[in-house]
Amino acid sequence: MTGDPSGTCSADFSGTPPSAAAPPGDAVIVVQGVSFAYNGQPVLENVDLTVTAGDFMAMIGPNGGGKTTLLKLMLGLLAPGSGTIRIFGQAPERVSHRIGYVPQDVHINTDFPISALDVVLMGRLKPGRGWSRPARGDRVAAHESLNRLGMGAFCDRRIGALSGGQRQRVFIARALVCQPDILFLDEPTASIDPQGQTDFYRLLRELNQRITIVLVSHDLLTVSSYVKSVACVNRGVHHHTEAEVTGEMMDMYRCPVEIIAHGLPHRVFKEH
Amino acid sequence: MLEALQYEFMRNALAAGLLASVICGVIGSLVVVNRIVFLSGGIAHAAYGGIGLAFFFGWPYLVGTLGFSLAAAMLMALVTLRARHRADTIIGVLWAVGMAIGVILLDLTPGYNVDLMSYLFGSILTVPTADLWQMAIVAGVDLTIVVGRYQDFLAMSYDEEFARIRGVPVRPLYLLMIAMIAVSVVVIIRVVGLILVIALLTIPPFIAEKYARSLLQMIGFAGLLSGGFTVVGLYLSYRFNLTCGATIILVAAAFFFACLAWEWLKTKRERPLPAETG
Repeated sequence: MTGDPSGTCSADFSGTPPSAAAPPGDAVIVVQGVSFAYNGQPVLENVDLTVTAGDFMAMIGPNGGGKTTLLKLMLGLLAPGSGTIRIFGQAPERVSHRIGYVPQDVHINTDFPISALDVVLMGRLKPGRGWSRPARGDRVAAHESLNRLGMGAFCDRRIGALSGGQRQRVFIARALVCQPDILFLDEPTASIDPQGQTDFYRLLRELNQRITIVLVSHDLLTVSSYVKSVACVNRGVHHHTEAEVTGEMMDMYRCPVEIIAHGLPHRVFKEH
Repeated sequence: MLEALQYEFMRNALAAGLLASVICGVIGSLVVVNRIVFLSGGIAHAAYGGIGLAFFFGWPYLVGTLGFSLAAAMLMALVTLRARHRADTIIGVLWAVGMAIGVILLDLTPGYNVDLMSYLFGSILTVPTADLWQMAIVAGVDLTIVVGRYQDFLAMSYDEEFARIRGVPVRPLYLLMIAMIAVSVVVIIRVVGLILVIALLTIPPFIAEKYARSLLQMIGFAGLLSGGFTVVGLYLSYRFNLTCGATIILVAAAFFFACLAWEWLKTKRERPLPAETG
């Protein structure tokens, strides 16, 4: 581990784990006593959370409960009011080259003149490189990342000309192009149709063989059959290391009610 | 047009227009893709306070406007970075306050300044050679900075959050961009005036954005379009004795609406109305 914040991407995309990957079971994300407030409004209070290598964790909770805030804290986009966040034992912004991120809103800037390939190349960005065309290795990696997500044929397409689901794949390709060790996704299925969602979660499960995944979601039912653990976020955090939705979650954290109305799920709920 | 070019003032006007086009291509494209047209309008109008300041204290025009616009621009940029959802209100206030300061200071300045109109509508026909050098320097610096840090500007403009995660120094880069806009706006005011500067800054990039395949192409297209509008506008204003700045803007606007109409016709032909298909 070099700790080099400028990023050390290798050109190949063979799926072999990088040498620095933590062995399964090691704590890769450690959140300790973190509180955060927007304009004096507390959003998160005294949050403790540990995510181990190889985990596939879903963060659920009511709107405004702090899921996205917690994600942004772990990404280093926000600084905690108090407490510490360590990723691979370092401050998040120091390990940003080992983190992949898929944002919630893939509909931003759809008029922007940029091709799918250039969006993916952004994932290999090294600050201050300036004008120079992306290196050959970067272009090869970007093409391979797009191919892997079945988007190779669309690499020259303008991002605004793609459908929501296709754009989502481009954004995932961008997150994966630097071979991250952790992948963060914020409500990734919002713009994908049901069939696309099944494919998407299969893909995540496949990626999870190598990458630790943290996912913010509303759709608890779908998520619960793929994830390994669930964190309920509503000002505080309850981390359930089994992917079961319990009545306690419903009561304490007022998790989204719509999941109860879905009828019999494929997973047995405790009484609530 | 060629006969017009035997006058030095026409040659200078053409040079000023083309230099302004380079600036418009670079800065206008950043303004459009970053969606900070309103902020740029705020900077341009706050510059009027700088004009008042320059007149009142007898400073050179550039010192007053540059200083005042830069200060207003930095204030607006910091507010935008800190509280994005309130930014438009603060910008609106600074916009009006800058103009009001300018009006009051001009009231307090003894004598009547005929030149004032030229700041509102531009004075491209009276641009001295020294000002051309200033414009050339601004155009050169804008180009060097944006091309020199192209990948960073691209990432910041497209997806600011992702750029930050990738380690792009978004905050300094954003402030640098706003400062460049302030300086460029002050320089372009020379050509088309305070009231019309935003049109020249946004119309060419807006058209270019539809057809460009990358931000760099957009900058190039916008610069070419802007240059075309300036040359045609300058010729028409010479031929029919019209105000230069307004003529340039109307040429741009005519092209802009023609483009919209063309796009509309194209989509209509590709997708017939539901009523016709039954």
